[in-house]
Amino acid sequence: MTVEPILVMQGIRKSFPGVAALKNVQLRLFPGEVHALMGQNGAGKSTLIKVLTGVETPDGGEIRLKGELIQPTCVGEAQAIGISTVYQEINLCPNLSVAENIFIGRFPIRGPAIDWKTIERESQTALAALNIHIDVTLPLASFPVAIQQMVAIARALSTAAQVLILDEPTSSLDEDEVERLFQALRQLKQKGMAILFVTHFLDQTYAISDRITVLRNGEFVGEYAASALSRLDLINTMVGREIDEASYAAETAAQTGSVAADPYVSACGLGSTGTMRPIDLDIYQGQVLGLGGLLGSGRTETARMLFGIDHTDSGTIRVGGEAVKLNSPRKAVQHGIAFCPEDRKTEGIIAELSIRENIILALQARRGIFRYLPKRLQRTIADEYIQQLGIRTPDAEKPIGQLSGGNQQKALLARWLATDPKMLILDEPTRGIDIAAKLEIMELVKAQCRKGLAILFISSEMSEVLRVSDRIAVLRDRQKIGEIAGKDADEQSVFRMIAGAES
Amino acid sequence: MNLSRHINARTLPLIVTSLLFVALFGFGSIAYTGFFSAQVFINLLIDNAFICVVAIGMTFVIISGGIDLSVGSIVALTTMVTAALVEHHHWSIWAVIPLVLLMGAGFGLLMGVLIHAFQLQPFIVTLGGMFLARGLCYVISIDSISITDESYTQIAQYRLMLGEETFISISALIALAVLAFAIYLAQYTRFGRTVYAIGGNERSALLMGLPIGRTKILVYTLSGLCSALGGVLITFYMLSGYGLHALGLELDAIAAAVIGGTLLTGGVGYVAGSLVGVLILGVIQSLIAFDGTLSSWWTRIAVGVLLCLFCLMQRLFERGSQSFSFLFSYWKKPAEPSNNTDQEASKACLTQVTTRTAA
Amino acid sequence: MNRLPAPFLAGLRHRLFWPCVTLALLCLVNFYFNRGFFDIEIKNGALYGSVIDILNRAAPLMLVAMGMTLVIATRGIDISVGATVAISGAVVASMIGGSLVIQNGVQSYVSNVPMPLAILGALAVALLCGLWNGLLVAGAGMQPIIATLILMVAGRGIAQLITAGQIVTVYYEPFFFIGNGFLLGIPVSLYIVAVVLIALLLLIHRTALGLFIQAVGINPVAARFSGISARALVFWVYAFCAVTAGIAAMIITSNVKSADGNNAGLLLELDAILAVTLGGTSLAGGRFSIVGSLIGALIIQTLTYAIYSLGVPPEINMVVKALVVFAVCLIQSDALRAMLARHVLRTGEAA
Repeated sequence: MTVEPILVMQGIRKSFPGVAALKNVQLRLFPGEVHALMGQNGAGKSTLIKVLTGVETPDGGEIRLKGELIQPTCVGEAQAIGISTVYQEINLCPNLSVAENIFIGRFPIRGPAIDWKTIERESQTALAALNIHIDVTLPLASFPVAIQQMVAIARALSTAAQVLILDEPTSSLDEDEVERLFQALRQLKQKGMAILFVTHFLDQTYAISDRITVLRNGEFVGEYAASALSRLDLINTMVGREIDEASYAAETAAQTGSVAADPYVSACGLGSTGTMRPIDLDIYQGQVLGLGGLLGSGRTETARMLFGIDHTDSGTIRVGGEAVKLNSPRKAVQHGIAFCPEDRKTEGIIAELSIRENIILALQARRGIFRYLPKRLQRTIADEYIQQLGIRTPDAEKPIGQLSGGNQQKALLARWLATDPKMLILDEPTRGIDIAAKLEIMELVKAQCRKGLAILFISSEMSEVLRVSDRIAVLRDRQKIGEIAGKDADEQSVFRMIAGAES
Repeated sequence: MNLSRHINARTLPLIVTSLLFVALFGFGSIAYTGFFSAQVFINLLIDNAFICVVAIGMTFVIISGGIDLSVGSIVALTTMVTAALVEHHHWSIWAVIPLVLLMGAGFGLLMGVLIHAFQLQPFIVTLGGMFLARGLCYVISIDSISITDESYTQIAQYRLMLGEETFISISALIALAVLAFAIYLAQYTRFGRTVYAIGGNERSALLMGLPIGRTKILVYTLSGLCSALGGVLITFYMLSGYGLHALGLELDAIAAAVIGGTLLTGGVGYVAGSLVGVLILGVIQSLIAFDGTLSSWWTRIAVGVLLCLFCLMQRLFERGSQSFSFLFSYWKKPAEPSNNTDQEASKACLTQVTTRTAA
Repeated sequence: MNRLPAPFLAGLRHRLFWPCVTLALLCLVNFYFNRGFFDIEIKNGALYGSVIDILNRAAPLMLVAMGMTLVIATRGIDISVGATVAISGAVVASMIGGSLVIQNGVQSYVSNVPMPLAILGALAVALLCGLWNGLLVAGAGMQPIIATLILMVAGRGIAQLITAGQIVTVYYEPFFFIGNGFLLGIPVSLYIVAVVLIALLLLIHRTALGLFIQAVGINPVAARFSGISARALVFWVYAFCAVTAGIAAMIITSNVKSADGNNAGLLLELDAILAVTLGGTSLAGGRFSIVGSLIGALIIQTLTYAIYSLGVPPEINMVVKALVVFAVCLIQSDALRAMLARHVLRTGEAA
């Protein structure tokens, strides 16, 4: 093959305060190919795309489009030179018509007014090219997310792009809709467009892409032909082999504690149309149940259903053997369930309140407004947990927003431990935290489990899940594909399950 | 022509409003003699011309996702400045009117700049504008200034005859002209569509490369201009300038916009709807006037009840729009739901679990 | 650079610092133009003086500002308090009414309904207004400004419906005590403010109310995930705000001895919001200060007083208020601060 790449990125470096997000990353895009960009959370995929689309300026390295050096400084500039992007969240206006969304910002004008006829005709053609036939005069909001995503793609294409970047466009689509999208992508591929496709779904990667570039921890790992890289190899390259077998074995041995005979929380066929296929889970006291799976496999969705945040439309939950309806977090808390959410900043901490207030918040919420914990008792509780969990702070009165991520996470843990829960759901408790704090938090989780707490542990780092879990429920594509006992499991067996359950 | 195609969540409030207006007018025609005439209808326009103009400006602000509480005060200030210049300083009407229009627009522009440049809440900035404009009225005079200028009263009292018995005033014509221009602005210009886009999703609008700042500032300028024009129309109607004119007009304008189908959260609405909203407010007043036994305060209560009903209706649509979206068929051929495979998959999953736990 | 002593710096950073400075400055302005500003004298066993007058006149605003503070702290706003004042004023005035009765040659005033019952009734009506707002905001999930706009529009109509469009005059002497009376030399209205203030402070500091309101205001999602029933909380906050408006209505009605559905409590909602912002509570919700709002209310009243004593026509008052609103907005603006910081940085680099 003598085709020249249309886009070459080389030696791209980018640092944020304290983190090197990209270290000497490279990427080649050929015309007429779909190229998958893969990697774990924090691998640097989104930073790379931001650099390419002009949202971030790289610290070093060069980008060449058709051999010419380019340096886009804003989204508009990147668009002008033929790089269009479709983001995961749809950046369109739901209140405007489909046609308008495709053309706004560059309306054709005839005489004194916008030429609506041309706009409607041309947007119909643009969508027809993607095999979509809809009434373009209807507001965008009246269509399902999949169509909205297609409209976003049509908008990106109508700017006569040479390079199309799709940043996780399928995370809100169902199988049928994904297939529609892929058909359209194949057509575009035949027309010679270069498509960069970011996704977490393995099936989709193999269904559509010709080549795969893998990033890990901000570093370029390799560029592979999709046909030459097996699923297991792909997972291994993405994750890297870094677990210490010996320490892992020692820890599992120490883990066996007394396990209750009946599950504390038992979900049967719990599901929600569109977000999660029905799932069965049993969580025992004194045991850690890990949720294994890649990003987007439905881990957080499961946790949110169990805590009564998201609406469920099938299945039942039994808590302590008793069927209950968990339709609000408050109900879940009353049944002894606690939840440390994935996004600490927006869902966990209350930044301007002190550590003390953050720690006693859930306990106080459970006691109600009028059974107020006296300030002295609050301080005792807060100090106790600050000491017990090793939260590093001069005193309990400091606003929690000023603590480091790891200490914030410990404070959130303290918030729930103070309520004396029966079950604890931990969603990514170690995200964005330095190694030392990570180990401390894992240690705390295990200690709590030994005390008889039921724990549901979610992490995108499989090694962590393996290290703490007694059992692992493996999820893929928003459904549970199986369960492994912790002592039987190693990374390979879990990955084999994720990669090959279909075959 | 497929009518049902045009009935959806955003046009329905407007349709309901129009039907309500027809129903109210019809009710009046049956219940009271002399109600059913072209003149009664046109009088609605004549008497409410200034509210109509102000409501049009407000509609743009609300569609952009903001709110303007200063309109009533700017109206009052305009009447004061106009009256003072015409009466006390004997300026020509043709110099005064452009001047006050410019003043209103400038007032709006300043508030727009404050809102956009300093990221302040429109509510509080326009509240400040409301105090300021109302206060400036009293700086000019605390009493009412009546306008006796010849040329002014002539224009104010001019009536264009439509047929033998019906007539229309200059202000009503101006209001209709403003409406026509506003519809053009909203539907057929880049500015208008950008206003809708900002109200729909400001972040997206920014990412699509639309001029957010300029448009937002212009929207408040437009509202200021409309308010000033509304003030001029009031001086035609009342022939006086007074600091207490148009007290609470901002509420009427907001109510008219909401009843006319404009969503207070922004992004959805029609300028023409606000005219219907104003007409509904007017017809309620006329009905109460014709009845004679009902007191004037029933107007306010009726407006409040209507406002409440329309807001609740909007909420209902907001909630419903997601769950009803499946009603719109979007593929050329609707795909077969793949239920079978789903069930099989979950069955397979179940067996897998049981075998694992058994092992 | 000279280091300022630590307690002084802490005081500077305190939330109530700027409101207090503003109030003090205004008092000094008053003192400059009127040397008798701080004088207090005793006439007929009651205290008289400018300061007492300001406190007395600010009482209704202080009450409403307290309720409004809680609403704003939960990221809400209530623009219907003026209408609520009009409604409950109308209720109490028409229930008490009063007529002159001559019995055995002795003139006495008799109320239509026993006064305590009338007051309770009026407060209950105010509560009803608040429950309605709460229902729309917390129940139907409407934007607060829209939800309360409904009552703001309809409220004055309802008030006039109650008073049949008339200004209802109250002739029943004991009722005047609330708004004009003195107890131990101090105006009764101030006792009412004090009682509500103490009750509220107790609720905030001796129960979890303050904590929950702040949590909901700062991060509603995290508060909900912690098990706080944010909806119920918001619902009752609106109810409380309306009740404070009802109490303010008692004082206003008693003070002017009549109820005017059209003008009672006019623009009170805006003054109250202004008082809350002046007191250092951000309109974005979260951290709040009841005492700050009281100081804010006093600032507004002292400002009015200063304008009177400057001999400027009182109509200018609104212009000054407008300038204060803009100034406060700009001081609270993050965008402006960022702009200034950038400017300082640039000049710093240049130097």
